[in-house]
Amino acid sequence: MDAVFLSRLQFGITAGFHFLFPPLTLGLTLIIFILETMYLKSNRDLYKGISTFLIRILALVFVMGVATGIVLEFSFGTNWSEYARVVGDIFGAPLAAEGISAFFLESVFIGILIFGRERVSRRVYWLSSLLVFIASHLSGFWILIANSWMQTPAGYRIEGGRAVLVSFFDAAFNPSTLIRFFHTVIASWISGSLFVAGISAWYLIGKKFVYHFKPLLRISLVIFIAASLMQLASGHTHSVQVARTQPEKMAAFEALWDTQKGAPLSVFGIPVESKQKTYLNVSIPRLLSTLAFLDPEAEVLGLNAFPREDRPPVLVPFASYHLMFALGMLFIAIALLGGVLLFQRKIYQKKWFLWTLIFAVPLPLIANEFGWIAAEVGRQPWAVYRILRTAKAASVAVPAEHILFTLIMFVLIYLLLFAIFLKVLVKIIRKGPEEISGEPYER
Amino acid sequence: MEVIDLLRNTWFFLIGILLLGYSILDGFDLGIGMLFPFLGREEREKRILLNAIWPFWDGNEVWLLTAGGALFAAFPHAYATVFSGFYLALMLVLFALIFRAVSIEFWHYDEGRRKIWEWSFILGSFLPSLLFGVALGNLILGIPLNGDMNFTGDFFTLLRPFPLLIGVLGLSAILLQGSTYAVLKTEGALQSRAREAARILWIAFIVLFVIAFFATVAYLPEILRRGWVWLSALVVLAAWVWFFKSLKQQRSGVSFIMSSLIFTGLWGIVGASIYPNIVRASNLFYNSLSIYNASSSELTLKVMLLIALIGMPLVIAYTAFVYRVFKGKAGN
Repeated sequence: MDAVFLSRLQFGITAGFHFLFPPLTLGLTLIIFILETMYLKSNRDLYKGISTFLIRILALVFVMGVATGIVLEFSFGTNWSEYARVVGDIFGAPLAAEGISAFFLESVFIGILIFGRERVSRRVYWLSSLLVFIASHLSGFWILIANSWMQTPAGYRIEGGRAVLVSFFDAAFNPSTLIRFFHTVIASWISGSLFVAGISAWYLIGKKFVYHFKPLLRISLVIFIAASLMQLASGHTHSVQVARTQPEKMAAFEALWDTQKGAPLSVFGIPVESKQKTYLNVSIPRLLSTLAFLDPEAEVLGLNAFPREDRPPVLVPFASYHLMFALGMLFIAIALLGGVLLFQRKIYQKKWFLWTLIFAVPLPLIANEFGWIAAEVGRQPWAVYRILRTAKAASVAVPAEHILFTLIMFVLIYLLLFAIFLKVLVKIIRKGPEEISGEPYER
Repeated sequence: MEVIDLLRNTWFFLIGILLLGYSILDGFDLGIGMLFPFLGREEREKRILLNAIWPFWDGNEVWLLTAGGALFAAFPHAYATVFSGFYLALMLVLFALIFRAVSIEFWHYDEGRRKIWEWSFILGSFLPSLLFGVALGNLILGIPLNGDMNFTGDFFTLLRPFPLLIGVLGLSAILLQGSTYAVLKTEGALQSRAREAARILWIAFIVLFVIAFFATVAYLPEILRRGWVWLSALVVLAAWVWFFKSLKQQRSGVSFIMSSLIFTGLWGIVGASIYPNIVRASNLFYNSLSIYNASSSELTLKVMLLIALIGMPLVIAYTAFVYRVFKGKAGN
């Protein structure tokens, strides 16, 4: 077995599993912060009740994120030691900064949220919810700086085979950082809000805790609608950035084999790399040129414009990019429908729509994974775009059979954890919010 | 001294501080984890022990994460060499930390499998507590490295007697920290049991410390010429004596400070012994990774220092605040 391949597989599985949880965390901290703000202003125990309920879920999701995140922080040394040597001068800093400026803040104040309601004043508690919201997003920001630098490196020079920092600002705010951050944060809000909307819908269908979950459905649905629409803009901007800064990646997303003027946007197809052809291709003429360069006749580089050894694989980025896109469109459809029903005040009676929300809960998480797979596989064969090849980035001191062993262990452990996670999650959700004195309580 | 060397030295020291912070803070919850089967006899007591660490443990673990990140940023070669060289051992630590992280939460909700989560919590605390010291012992003793800075030994190179001894020493210090914390946060029968454990561990620690100290000197006699080694050893001994006094007087806050000072002294000895190397090459001295040949560029070290100087005082301030919020005995 090839050690590089095994390390890639292990990183893919561990990072992919980890990436289920932080988006939910980000979305939940937003909703919790909103609820705590409403509680502080209105003083209604209702908001406190649902916020406490969501904090219990947040605690579980956060723990899963912590447990699976630490693996990744260490993996650049364990499995990618040559990567660490070549780009450590730049790549290590955001990881350390994440710990210092964000992760400490998040972990410490999440302790107050979970255990400290009776021990601190209301203002301090509200402040804690704000700090957890900020810290979780800041944490994502640093990680996405690191990730963006792999995609569109900047602010460095090569010295003795190593990348050396020249400008911290340029490296941090490289061409893809901000748009990747917005795109990922909005995706997280979509994930978190639909998750909460799904839980609310489930209670409303069962006619339990209706008093709690009607307002929660409204709040989460409004966030979901706003975020889904915003994602259209951010997704477009992100694609434009990719087309300009990583043209071969965009060519893979679109399975564009030959460079052409007035390039079409592919809607569906089955690209076959060996034949350099896309079967069952359905595409909209000139749309790719128009969207990426605001000019229907603009020339877009095809895969053949790049040396064979520098081309990304096509099928996986193409498929995951398109599936992500399709899911994004589905979210917009659900959002618009939900908006209309909400506006007509019919939403609580429309059982079919509530069921739709429930079944849609996992979809944003799947869309996140597809987007991430498209971004990272589309970056291949580079670990850091045009600086370091993935094949040269892996550890040399680790034998393949050790990696195979840990890979199997990770798969088994993560399967087990995921099963228990789901079980505990369902248990917390079923238990519902605590009874509130003075407010109507329907079971 | 040139600016870059000053920065390298500063970062060597700062990473030491982060590791010290980690061992003091996560030390107590790892220690509680291992003492769990001995101290917690009934459900209520187990709950108290868990509640004593629940709000803190993840914040505590961030010290390790940040130390790892800082090592990556400041000395990428050391990070690359150690983490890839100690691959299997480190993966065991990671598996343990994963289980440990989820088992408190799962213990609470997944009642049917409580015994399993209890044991995953105990083992998840034990393995890292032992292996951290083993790793450190290897850094002190040195490991075989080739000219590309890569580890050339195998898994069993890491399990030589000296590193294992340092591992057991670290284990005893973490257990002492845990028992002290348990004394601080509990009362009644549970507290007496914790105090009894602290007393036994107090003896065990010093025996191991003396053996480990002489073993270190036997391998590396030159460290006796370093003033910091003596000073740090003195801190350990003074704190050890005072620890017993405060334990007898039932001033558990003081005991906790003393066991934390023991860690401070231990890290002082480690730092003073290996400096200026981070990873000593046991085969060829020239292949060693020192703060000079393993570090990042001046600019990176500077930017990182700026972030640390702004960030860490804030971290310490709000961490202290949150510990105050949860001051007092743990409830059930």
